[in-house]
Amino acid sequence: MAQPLVKKDDDRDDEVDYSPFLGIEKGAVLQEARVFNDPQLDPRRCSQVITKLLYLLNQGETFTKVEATEVFFAVTKLFQSRDMGLRRMVYVIIKELSPSADEVIIVTSSLMKDMTSKTDMYRANAIRVLCRITDGTLLTQIERYLKQAIVDKNPVVASAALVSGIHLLQTNPEIVKRWSNEVQEAVQSRAALVQFHALALLHQIRQNDRLAVNKLVSSLTRGSVRSPLAQCLLIRYTSQVIRESTNDTQTGDRPFYDFLEGCLRHKAEMVIFEAARAITELNGVTSRELTPAITVLQLFLSSSKPVLRFAAVRTLNKVAMSHPMAVTNCNIDMESLISDQNRSIATLAITTLLKTGNESSVDRLMKQITNFMSDIADEFKIVVVDAIRSLCLKFPLKHRSLMNFLSNILREEGGFEYKKAIVDSIVILIRDIPEAKESGLLHLCEFIEDCEFTYLSTQILHFLGIEGPKTSDPSKYIRYIYNRVHLENATVRAGAVSTLAKFGAMVDGLKPRIFVLLRRCLFDNDDEVRDRATLYLNTLGGDGAVVETDEGVKEFLFGSLDVPLVNLNSLKNYDPSEKAFDINSVPKDVKTQPLAEKKATSKKPTGLGAPPHGPPSTVDAYEKLLSSIPEFASFGKLFKSSAPVELTEAETEYAVNVVKHIFDGHVVFQYNCTNTIPEQLLENVTVIVDASEAEEFAEVASKPLRQLPYDSPGQTFVAFEKPEGVSAVGKFSNMLRFIVKEVDPSTGEAEDDGVEDEYQLEDLELVAADYMLKVGVSNFRNAWESMGVDFERVDEYGLGPRDSLAEAVNAVINLLGMQPCEGTEVVPPNSRSHTCLLSGVYLGNVKVLVRLQFGLDGPKDVAMKLAVRSEDETVSDTIHEIVASG
Amino acid sequence: MESCPSIKNILLLDSEGNRVAVKYYSDEWPNNSVKEAFEKSLFSKTQKTNARTEAEIAMFESHIIVYKFVQDLHFFVTGAENENELILVTVLQGFFEAVGLLLRGTVDKKEALENLDLILLCLDEIVDGGIILETDANVIAGKVASHSIDAAAPLSEQTISQALATAREHLARSLLK
Repeated sequence: MAQPLVKKDDDRDDEVDYSPFLGIEKGAVLQEARVFNDPQLDPRRCSQVITKLLYLLNQGETFTKVEATEVFFAVTKLFQSRDMGLRRMVYVIIKELSPSADEVIIVTSSLMKDMTSKTDMYRANAIRVLCRITDGTLLTQIERYLKQAIVDKNPVVASAALVSGIHLLQTNPEIVKRWSNEVQEAVQSRAALVQFHALALLHQIRQNDRLAVNKLVSSLTRGSVRSPLAQCLLIRYTSQVIRESTNDTQTGDRPFYDFLEGCLRHKAEMVIFEAARAITELNGVTSRELTPAITVLQLFLSSSKPVLRFAAVRTLNKVAMSHPMAVTNCNIDMESLISDQNRSIATLAITTLLKTGNESSVDRLMKQITNFMSDIADEFKIVVVDAIRSLCLKFPLKHRSLMNFLSNILREEGGFEYKKAIVDSIVILIRDIPEAKESGLLHLCEFIEDCEFTYLSTQILHFLGIEGPKTSDPSKYIRYIYNRVHLENATVRAGAVSTLAKFGAMVDGLKPRIFVLLRRCLFDNDDEVRDRATLYLNTLGGDGAVVETDEGVKEFLFGSLDVPLVNLNSLKNYDPSEKAFDINSVPKDVKTQPLAEKKATSKKPTGLGAPPHGPPSTVDAYEKLLSSIPEFASFGKLFKSSAPVELTEAETEYAVNVVKHIFDGHVVFQYNCTNTIPEQLLENVTVIVDASEAEEFAEVASKPLRQLPYDSPGQTFVAFEKPEGVSAVGKFSNMLRFIVKEVDPSTGEAEDDGVEDEYQLEDLELVAADYMLKVGVSNFRNAWESMGVDFERVDEYGLGPRDSLAEAVNAVINLLGMQPCEGTEVVPPNSRSHTCLLSGVYLGNVKVLVRLQFGLDGPKDVAMKLAVRSEDETVSDTIHEIVASG
Repeated sequence: MESCPSIKNILLLDSEGNRVAVKYYSDEWPNNSVKEAFEKSLFSKTQKTNARTEAEIAMFESHIIVYKFVQDLHFFVTGAENENELILVTVLQGFFEAVGLLLRGTVDKKEALENLDLILLCLDEIVDGGIILETDANVIAGKVASHSIDAAAPLSEQTISQALATAREHLARSLLK
């Protein structure tokens, strides 16, 4: 990590750029840490060494387990020193090292002593450290001190205890909830931040109790809250109460609105803004309620602080979506923001103006934007383009100037995403505004004349093929299209040929000329282009006679392919000598799994530390891979492959993840291993699986990996037999065993002698959801009705206290591993009941549909009614068993 | 929205985007390379802006980031997309003003590295696990400085009293404003 520093200094050798950490090296610092063990401690020197250690950690250096433990034990010696500065550093490094549970015991007594010390600084910090590293058992021992600390007269101590309480509430809620009396007292504290922390904790303790929150808010809104931060919290809680109570008091004044409005006159800007934003976000806010909030936001617009301007314009932008009229008063201030130094602010201002502008101001606005567009980044331009599209849809009469604007920016420099946004906008405008069609199509034609993006060219050609023939003079587009055949790459040429064919099919008058052009394409040097030309000439009757194009041909040319493209992969194996290919044999259901996996991997930034995963992970690829291994060939058809489960933490020596392959009577674990140490070559890599906690499984085969060189992933497999058709579950512990050989980094050659070694991996669980394929249905009700009640099983379950309804819904979906249908996995906020629809295919290819009805029973207890329909009654029962045991 | 305002990270980078001190409170950045990539792209996105007189603000990868540059040091505070921008800027202000007090006005990379312990303590006093602990620069600096009293070295005590004097002076100035 010190490397960049050194390098930088080399670059500018004459300039003395001294850094105290120049050339720092982990090994040396760890050596230096031995001073912690000196009988005569030198606090200064110890502090310096801790700083160096923290510097290394901060630069991203990692300590191995052994190193961290060693440092930790050495650091604990420093509690002997009475030096305050050193103690302070000790606290920080203990938090950074995050010791394991058995190590924590070593410092517990020292920290507990500090917790009861007379020095405030010791008390406060010891509480923070101890609560950070402690587990539940220790917490009961120190609970008494924490309660005292909450009401400590020193604000730093009280805050430390309260903030620790907020963190602990996540892990040990039942303990923290016992502190509410003390916390309540702390809310009344005169110290600003204590009040803030106490309020945050008190609300979190009570957040599921609507009445209690209501009471808290009513009492505090009357009193005076001192800290601006606490006041912001109170505003948030108040708007929550308002949101939940509007249903009851639809008529009359909104409760607590006066409080929010009063906050607009607070002296702290953060409170004013919080209140203004809260008002704009009220459900069904009236323009009378909005006015005072808009007024203060308008003042912020002309502030000298960029942050204030940004906050205000961002909020107004949101308001403009629902209440454009309320924002028009700010238009003048907004227009001056177009030239704001901060381009985020300028873009937000522009898009707000585009939303609020009226028909007469459009032209003026467009002029301003044209100047503005040239000096902002693509990401902002895309936002502007989207805004212009909605404006155009709002004022169709203005399509001429807006369309001109779009075509102008289309001609200018820009990246793919930006160009795509413009093209998409033009396409939408053409579709929705008939008058804009002809000019829009011509703009697109001009664009493809020199478009560098193949994707956009083919999209536009396709669109031209559909819309062009319906225009008054289709012939004028032919020249643009045929030019593509001359000047473009094969993909675009093929697209252009298809488009020509569409014109030929739709416009009889053009047919002879189209035939001439298509025949010329027969001499193209690309197979696909020639094939398409031949195909179209034949289907359109290109043998000279101009005949009416029949419906079948039109269907073929314009109809969409109703099978998902991924499923056509089987065509690759298609052998032309067999019988003719039947499109109906291709399944029409989309296999959701490969898509989901693709999404998951594409979301991760590639090449950023994530170890390269093994082979391509689509089901087809897995199937091919497994069937190529003789040991597994007899297992039958692969039912499901799970997503990879990581068995090691990121950035360890060996990265291993596992894919669970489910067969009818077998389970195969595919371990994808990566060796991240350049100096090592691993041989004979196997995973030793202990299935003692998975009784129904018996190991039948194991396929070791012969060699695992640095940074090139390999796979090893272990297969288990299980009772046929039974969804057995269990836990497997894994140990990576291998022979390690040293590699000379300069030659890349491995030494002859290797050492046998083992590496503990994390446990792997086989759960019921592994036997369920996520397969969606488009119309759940139809599927449900047609499945019939023969094998329906209905029962009710109590799920116990849950954080929220959404959490309960997610838990059940994950437990079953089924595909949520019709977006029912999303629970609207604050709802008291919810219905969720799931579908899937269970082991043995049994279709399963599930209807879940959730309801809140009491403040937090969730009750659930589970109705299952499937093609097999045992499967229906199994689903109930899964839920009952989960 | 009902939740407590929270800070996702606080970064102190130098004028080339290298780390001086950083602290992440959110697990959105699972490992060091992801963190470094974030810092790098954030740095290149903001480096051309003028954030010297007033703190600046940007939307970045669906975070709100407020930042301010002093000499060759770049201060950043990151929060969630829907966070109150003014709360974030209060934290930022507390951070760079406290650093200013602790470094006795000489706010640059060299001084910051030489007093890295103070910077780290300062970060520790501002935010705890994402929750704002303190935003008042004088209080933060006071807490950090008072801890550095070193019984064995009277020399350093003297410098600390100087620091406190600066703090007092600063307070007086802010009151007069």
